[in-house]
Amino acid sequence: MPLETRTDPSRLAGERPLLSVRGLRKRYGEREILKGISFDVMAGQTMVLIGPSGSGKTTVLRCLNHLETPDAGTIELTGEPIGGAYVGEAARWTPLTESQLALQRRKFGFVFQRFNLFPHLTAAQNVAIGPRKVLGLSREAAEARAAEQLARVSLAEHMHKRPSQLSGGQQQRVAIARALAMDPRLILFDEPTSALDPELVHEVLDVMGALAREGMTMIVVTHEMSFARRVADTLIFMADGHIVEQGSPEAVFSAPREEKTQRFLSHILNR
Amino acid sequence: MTIDWAVVEMAIPLLAEGTVTTLRIASLAALLGLTGGVALGLVSLGGWPWARWLVRAYVDFIRGTPLLIQIFIVFFGLPLMGWRPGEFWSGVIALSLNCAAYVAEVVRGTVGAVEKGQTEAAKSIGMTQGRILLYVLLPQSIRPMMPALTNDVITLLKNTSLLSVISVYELTRSGQAIIATHFAPLEIFALLAIYYYAIISVLSWISRVIERRLPAW
Ligand SMILES: Nc1ncnc2c1ncn2[C@@H]1O[C@H](COP(=O)(O)OP(=O)(O)OP(=O)(O)O)[C@@H](O)[C@H]1O
Ligand SMILES: [Mg+2]
Repeated sequence: MPLETRTDPSRLAGERPLLSVRGLRKRYGEREILKGISFDVMAGQTMVLIGPSGSGKTTVLRCLNHLETPDAGTIELTGEPIGGAYVGEAARWTPLTESQLALQRRKFGFVFQRFNLFPHLTAAQNVAIGPRKVLGLSREAAEARAAEQLARVSLAEHMHKRPSQLSGGQQQRVAIARALAMDPRLILFDEPTSALDPELVHEVLDVMGALAREGMTMIVVTHEMSFARRVADTLIFMADGHIVEQGSPEAVFSAPREEKTQRFLSHILNR
Repeated sequence: MTIDWAVVEMAIPLLAEGTVTTLRIASLAALLGLTGGVALGLVSLGGWPWARWLVRAYVDFIRGTPLLIQIFIVFFGLPLMGWRPGEFWSGVIALSLNCAAYVAEVVRGTVGAVEKGQTEAAKSIGMTQGRILLYVLLPQSIRPMMPALTNDVITLLKNTSLLSVISVYELTRSGQAIIATHFAPLEIFALLAIYYYAIISVLSWISRVIERRLPAW
């Protein structure tokens, strides 16, 4: 199975990847959902993950920040193993405690398909709660950071509204600001626009495009192929728990090597 | 049969004294029971496994034994441990312990039922279980918990009448004292029923006002 289709220019320069995933496996009961996933993400790059429903895209993202515990494989963020540590002389792999995991999770932003904003808090409070209660910033500093991040997603004037008073697109942008406020090393997006009315999709994609241009590292699961083509540095096509193809979006879109990829692309592009 | 209105007239102010004691006991026990119950409920959701097990055992014990027995155990048990708080505080403690177990169950049920995405979002910004419960799940649960908690407080208020068995001079006991001297049981018990009913109606009304005032989203 071809795992590397193109050579990444930054890898030629000997740069180390920000995120490095090797042999990631996950099963639910009898069914193996991820059957050995390996990829690298370089700092400042955007990787788009596509694939048919049920292929395991969400599971990959959830394993990366240990919302799900992988069964096997390694995840390294700037060289630091995620979810465990090699302990003692024998360097035995020892899973982290929940509070140690929490320390690592803040390095990954996560944007959910259904926003998952805290409904009892205003937009500003949703964004400030992480800096305040997790990073331990003062109230003023946390509020200032919330205001700054909400302005970044063009929601300064909606700061004091609750999620129920915001449109889906606005809610998802608050969710992005909430992730940004933790100053993460990278952000994981799980189909951030698929719960939105079609006319609201672009406002979220615009924010994501701007983040990519500003050098934020992102992994994005999406069915928005034009976004993938425009913004992605790398594209991964997954099917049935495997990575079938990865490379630059032009390469995968214009000359998919695998038949599965061709079928998926012709299906999704001709919708 | 005829109603002895003279006894009724005489009893109305006498019962007021018992009412004050009933209200004092009920408010103290409600305060302690609600606070303790919320704490126990949170522990049963996010505490160490052994702590969860202890809460579980405690709730099972309280639910599995009659309140009357619990009152006697507290009343006769505390002095054995070298503490004689008297019947008033024994009563408050017994009712608080009882109420806390039921409140813990309400909290566990309601807070545990908050949509899973909330916990995941909180985890994704690095929150630990304790903070998630305190800042994300509990605040969202207060309004949905109100009806069940009101029920628990109403039950608590009615249960204060059981404290007459350890000679707490609360509403029921003060009625029994009048019956003992004037022998008009039906009049007095009917009057007691009206007193309890009035108190509980006010309580339900207050609860509804609070529930309406709580922010919705
Ligand atoms: N908690 C779980 N328990 C059992 N099975 C699960 C669980 N989560 C996911 N699955 C199964 O794992 C498979 C992959 O799920 P996943 O959500 O990762 O797919 P996906 O590629 O994100 O699909 P979609 O495009 O529909 O979101 C699915 O068949 C799903 O039913
Ligand atoms: Mg998915």
